[in-house]
Amino acid sequence: MKKAILGKKHGMTQIFVGNEMIPVTVVEAGPCVVVQKKTKENDGYDAIQVGFGDVKEKRLIKPLKGHFTKANVPFKKYLREFRLDDISSYEVGSEIKVDIFSAGDRVDVTGTSKGKGFAGVVKRYNANRGPMSHGSKYHRRPGSMGASSDPSRTFKGKRLPGHMGNKRVTVQNLEVVKVDPEKNLLLIKGSVPGIRGSLLMIRDTVKSK
Amino acid sequence: MNLIDIVEKEQLREVPQFNVGDTVRVHYKVIEGDKERIQVFEGVVIKRSGGSLRENFTVRRISYGVGVERTFPLHSPRIEKIEVVRKGKVRRAKLYYVRDRVGKAAKIKEKK
Repeated sequence: MKKAILGKKHGMTQIFVGNEMIPVTVVEAGPCVVVQKKTKENDGYDAIQVGFGDVKEKRLIKPLKGHFTKANVPFKKYLREFRLDDISSYEVGSEIKVDIFSAGDRVDVTGTSKGKGFAGVVKRYNANRGPMSHGSKYHRRPGSMGASSDPSRTFKGKRLPGHMGNKRVTVQNLEVVKVDPEKNLLLIKGSVPGIRGSLLMIRDTVKSK
Repeated sequence: MNLIDIVEKEQLREVPQFNVGDTVRVHYKVIEGDKERIQVFEGVVIKRSGGSLRENFTVRRISYGVGVERTFPLHSPRIEKIEVVRKGKVRRAKLYYVRDRVGKAAKIKEKK
């Protein structure tokens, strides 16, 4: 990982690039601030801890307040760590802005997917359903649990109903269409996980070309 | 104003005022290989949908006895210009009913 930033999803729209219409997600990325530097000697690994989004003082718990005051940075809503290849160029208190990315870059975007609640197999795993009519009573059920006396149990990983969504999802290799350093905007081609207003981690992609 | 509106506002183009039922001439840039030329499509606007930068409109014409409909993004840079030829008098937002009509019945009255 060479560069990374935190952002807030604002929703989707379309823009014209040349003559082409492109679907984009509007992300307000940064400005982020480095709150802590983790080093191999101290913590066992190299990383920077990054804060994003302003928050009122009364919304913070005391230990976090101390953490921010020690670093001498403003209070932030979110804290995330990035294990960058080279952290020597970052100091505690230094700002990370959206201009680290430029149009044409490929990025991975991580967020929390929309929660779907307790979902059946048709919605959760795209299973086929049974006939809805012609005397059929088998509609949206999960199907066979497996063979009988051998193995006498249901195998682990059998796809069954359960909670869907609301978990960490990464979409890889998305293209950055436009960067607006003045408004801290990042326009990313395609969709990204999560609801509007949710936190996103934007990193350079692991899929090198 | 939210950020989506700001992003869209930057790309809005000047388009003439026209409504559903109007007859328009759309000058559309067609790219063939590496050559570019302008094609004119004339017909009745039967619908407008979406808003802001995402607005589209559909133009219907009868070409060699066959009904042809084309949908254009209103703010597309490929549209050279839109001419309003005739104002129509209609009482619907979507003129899907003209698809079922032929000849004089499909004609839309002119607005005076």
